[in-house]
Amino acid sequence: MPTVSFMNVSKSFDGVSALDRVTFDVDDGEYLCVLGPTGSGKTTLLRLIAGLLKPSTGTISFDDEPVNEMISQNRNAAYVPQQYALFPHLTVLENVAFGPLARGRPESEALSMAMKSLELVRLAGRPTAFPKELSGGMQQRVALARGLASGARLLLLDEPLGALDARLRLDLRHKLRQIVKETGLTAIHVTHDRDEAMSVADRIMILRRGRIQDYGNPKRVYDRPAGIFVANLIGGAAFLEGVVEATGGDSSTVRLREGVIVKTPSHLLTTNEPVIIGVRKERTRLADYNAENIIEGDVRETRFLGNSREYVVRLDNGDTMYSRQFQEGKNERFRIGDKVTVGFDRSDVLIFAYPPQGLGRELEIV
Amino acid sequence: MRGVSKAYGNIKALDDVWVHIEDKEYVCIVGPSGCGKSTLIKCVAGIIQPTEGEILVDGHSVLNVPIEDRKIGYVFQDIALFPHLSVKQNLSYGLAVRNASANTVTTVTNEMLDLVKMRDRSKSYPRELSGGAQQKVAVGRAIESGSHLFLLDEPLGALDALVRAELRYELRRLASDLGLTVIHVTHDQEEALSIADRVVIMKGGRVVEVGKPAEIYHSPQSLFTENFVGETNLLEGTIMEIAVTSCKVKVGTHMMSVLGKGKKVGQKVVVAVRPEFITLGSAVPSEWECRIKEVSFLGGLTRYTLEDDGGLEILAHVPSGESSSLRIGERTNASFGDGEHMLLFDYPIEGLGKELALE
Repeated sequence: MPTVSFMNVSKSFDGVSALDRVTFDVDDGEYLCVLGPTGSGKTTLLRLIAGLLKPSTGTISFDDEPVNEMISQNRNAAYVPQQYALFPHLTVLENVAFGPLARGRPESEALSMAMKSLELVRLAGRPTAFPKELSGGMQQRVALARGLASGARLLLLDEPLGALDARLRLDLRHKLRQIVKETGLTAIHVTHDRDEAMSVADRIMILRRGRIQDYGNPKRVYDRPAGIFVANLIGGAAFLEGVVEATGGDSSTVRLREGVIVKTPSHLLTTNEPVIIGVRKERTRLADYNAENIIEGDVRETRFLGNSREYVVRLDNGDTMYSRQFQEGKNERFRIGDKVTVGFDRSDVLIFAYPPQGLGRELEIV
Repeated sequence: MRGVSKAYGNIKALDDVWVHIEDKEYVCIVGPSGCGKSTLIKCVAGIIQPTEGEILVDGHSVLNVPIEDRKIGYVFQDIALFPHLSVKQNLSYGLAVRNASANTVTTVTNEMLDLVKMRDRSKSYPRELSGGAQQKVAVGRAIESGSHLFLLDEPLGALDALVRAELRYELRRLASDLGLTVIHVTHDQEEALSIADRVVIMKGGRVVEVGKPAEIYHSPQSLFTENFVGETNLLEGTIMEIAVTSCKVKVGTHMMSVLGKGKKVGQKVVVAVRPEFITLGSAVPSEWECRIKEVSFLGGLTRYTLEDDGGLEILAHVPSGESSSLRIGERTNASFGDGEHMLLFDYPIEGLGKELALE
């Protein structure tokens, strides 16, 4: 039974559409991440679930019961906004215990729930501090603890880790998922950080301009994205323009610029159809002569990313591809100017119909 | 910066900071919030006056030079463009104020528009631009000021993750092309590692270490850095045997051979291994038998949380595809390799928690 379901929900503000005919289900106990650029409708979606906004059209249901008319307080959902508002005159512990107390839980139980939530967000050492004595990141964690302790079974999180330093965010996102899973909550977590979404979500929803672009588990969305925008948002890839050269059997071929031929998976393709192929950075190997596709080029740029190094390779036909190498260690295997081959297998190629408004528009992060 | 300190009452926001930056160098300063990184560049900019120490630019002290005469380009997170001026007018504002000739204004402004690739948006107003585009205009305006020293305080902080990752390379390219010296403050380690010539790691108002990105990530001098610049496994152990260039370390019930000199038998140590250097599977030597506790697919990598029989947790990042058959609950062998990627640190005097603290 889905906990939350949207049926053709739209929301517009003064005639400007923020969400456009959105339909989806969230299962009980599921961790959903909503990923999309600024302005894509993520926060509107959360506020609709929280009951802070009413849909312009369409139906929102909880456990199959329509809730369009239900007031926010009765929805049993804890909404943690991006701009968290803590009570300035209450201590950290009092802020967190406020929800369960207001719901009439006994004080001892409320306090123990609050302490447990504070431990989870690593603030158990500061229960008597007042919000103004804490950093922005700490205050955000207090807000998160308040949501966790509220006893609501649906957690609505708007960029819950957004105000934190990158390193702390990395630690806490795994913790956050763990808490949600251990306590059996259903979570809807809005973020613009693709790594965060991939690592915590059971399913990811990709929004753009108020519409759902894709919805599925991280592996499916990564392996078989619904479109170029999704493929780009979910993981870096090179996107190259080409024309279908031949189709047949379990393999097709695509002709890139300057007649470079790439073997691709079979798809519902027509000969001479213009297409875009996408090849992910981490799916290409440099100087690997066993790959099914081998294209020559030279290294234009190397980017050290800590756990990996990314090579930007300009192909001889003028196109650019990327290769991300893990486990390379301290020294670069290739240097700027080196001639290399970029290798990848047929199954590593994503194929998309040529977008009506051009490739550039699909790659814009708006 | 020579021995720069800044005290607010008893609190030292900066504590004896020494940093030397070369001409045309791109230096990133990273550290957890409150580490003093922003205070440091505000001292260079002249917005904050240090309590002690000296700041020299091209060998000359700048402490008594007023902000407006320091000839420094300064870009910060909260974009401050003039909302009522177009992109072009924002870019030419400084020139106009300095009474440049009409010709110069046109030439330089067009140059800036090309540099930040905004020529087709020259007539737009800030509110019509995305955050990334606004930040590009802010950078262009700072460059237009003609200074060669640039201070960037979280210049990409307000942007979407993907936009940020693209823009950082553009920023770096611009700095190289124009021969700028840049000090760039960020809380994002990956941003720092990917574009800096050198990275300064700060904590509690002090410089922890300075190094090239690959050194900082793969062979840091301190445990704090090892943990701060990326995920890692930190295994507490005791030195059992010492050879010329390596030691035998007991970690839980395991005996590990780790490269390292100058340790004593019986000494407490921490062995560090990055998750991407751990290999899993039945083909791997059975040094560590583990149970798979958690699996999460990250795209290029799959993240495994493992636990050995002694309850020790290990994190492994395996290229997706190499281990796709491993599932939660299964047992597998984990290998740390031949020791090449293991680092040996003395156990911190004040404890591991305090050493690694991010705030």
